Amino acid sequence: MIAFDHVVKRYPNGREALAGVSFRIAAGEMVFLTGRSGAGKSTVLKLIALIERPTRGTVLVAGKNLGALPSRRIPAYRRSIGVVFQDHRLLMDRPVFDNVALPLIVAGSPLKETDKRVRAALDQVGLLGKERMLPLELSAGEQQRVGIARAVVSKPTLLICDEPTGNLDRDLAVEVMRLLKRFQNVGVTVVVATHDIHLVQEHESGQRTIVLDDGRIQGGAGEEPLPSIVASR
Amino acid sequence: MSIAVYGTRHAQAFLGSLGRLARSPFATFLTVLVIGLALALPLALQLLVTNASRATGGFTSAVDVSVYFKQNVALAEVQQRAANARAQPGVAEVTVISADDALKEFQKYSGFGAALQALEQNPLPNALRVRPAADAMSPSDLARLERYLAAWPEVDTVQVDSQWVERLNAILDVLKRVLLVAAVLLGAGVLAVVGNTVRLEIQNRRAEIEVVKLVGGSNAFVRRPFLYTGVIYGVTGALVAWGVMAIALGVLEGSVANLAKLYGSQYALAGPAAEEVLWLFAGGAVLGWLGAWISATRHLRRIEPRA
Repeated sequence: MIAFDHVVKRYPNGREALAGVSFRIAAGEMVFLTGRSGAGKSTVLKLIALIERPTRGTVLVAGKNLGALPSRRIPAYRRSIGVVFQDHRLLMDRPVFDNVALPLIVAGSPLKETDKRVRAALDQVGLLGKERMLPLELSAGEQQRVGIARAVVSKPTLLICDEPTGNLDRDLAVEVMRLLKRFQNVGVTVVVATHDIHLVQEHESGQRTIVLDDGRIQGGAGEEPLPSIVASR
Repeated sequence: MSIAVYGTRHAQAFLGSLGRLARSPFATFLTVLVIGLALALPLALQLLVTNASRATGGFTSAVDVSVYFKQNVALAEVQQRAANARAQPGVAEVTVISADDALKEFQKYSGFGAALQALEQNPLPNALRVRPAADAMSPSDLARLERYLAAWPEVDTVQVDSQWVERLNAILDVLKRVLLVAAVLLGAGVLAVVGNTVRLEIQNRRAEIEVVKLVGGSNAFVRRPFLYTGVIYGVTGALVAWGVMAIALGVLEGSVANLAKLYGSQYALAGPAAEEVLWLFAGGAVLGWLGAWISATRHLRRIEPRA
């Protein structure tokens, strides 16, 4: 599903965020990316979401070489993945329904289909009935669940999450992690970047953890046999 | 994507743009007013040219060529020449003015009636008044007609007073060119106003644009509501320009009619024709769209999602 091969990422200011990183993530796997702040976790996610391109090396996602993907094909690629952020990135002046529907609107989904899928996504994250509320009327945990619903509404095969529990208390964080695990259980590949090592330890059963430090892999890169959890969706 | 879905998404983008403009009425009003005034100026010049052409149309169609025959040329010969002249292309009307009729007219209008009666014989020659056709009034057409008439051996003098027609046409030509220059400059002004307004809106909605791009929105998708915003600005600006012109015409109408009356004319100011109004709205829409497209294309390219 995802393969990083000797990936180097150097930013215009000269900082080298990744120094020859190689790892593999199989389809349907749930992987934690962990490490200290500045270790390179977010850069890995940026490369997967095609927010950045590698300076050197190869990033393959579902067989696509992202470094060589033409700019005009980036929107279509992004429509095939789901992204969850620590700060939710919700449109605060739009109701929950519109926020969750956004990827479907962008993809040109018919209105009836959009309505059906938004309600299904909200049901999955336990927010059905709150579709007319504005994000500001929701708790932090609920806002994060809206962000997750938006990420999964178009049924992506890959879900990447950048510090999805960073702003949440312990109970809400556990709730969000259970939710992500449920998506993995139906075959979605889930990559979670977090610096919360305790959270990782609580949920790493059956999951793999890739540890990054100063732009280098410190463990879990996939030398060990990959779990075969590729379920059909 | 089906046509119905495509149409629905466009309708949503249009209504969204309309809603956003309605939510900031004062700023929208100021922008529309500036665009309206910029569009009103070329329209006003166009109306000036149209009305000037109409007002002077009577004069230009009254350009006559006077043909004075030699004293010994009989009226019968003059009438024969009149028939020749009528057969010429570009001649609308030929009137024979006999020497006797000319003398009577001169006595009536010159104020020298008594003095003229003292003359032993009529000093005035027989003459023709040749009126060119409306489509044969150009200086070259008039010169050609003059050459034809002057070539007759019976003719003493041919008089064409076309200089003032040339001056009038030159003034109208200058006005048309001023109109063109003003239209181009003010059109560029409309592009700049719409472009700058769209730029500011893009800056204000930067976070939203980043999110839309992050979930797979293409530049074309993100640009769409801004294009509708530009078209709405252009069309409402044209509406304002039309309104401004209607008010200005209403204010001037009475005064112009009074002035014309003093000159014995029934002349009345003409408003924009349906075709001109159509051009105004089409021009407003195209300028609004183009200004928004240039600005949105330029600025949206620079906005990419951040993680």
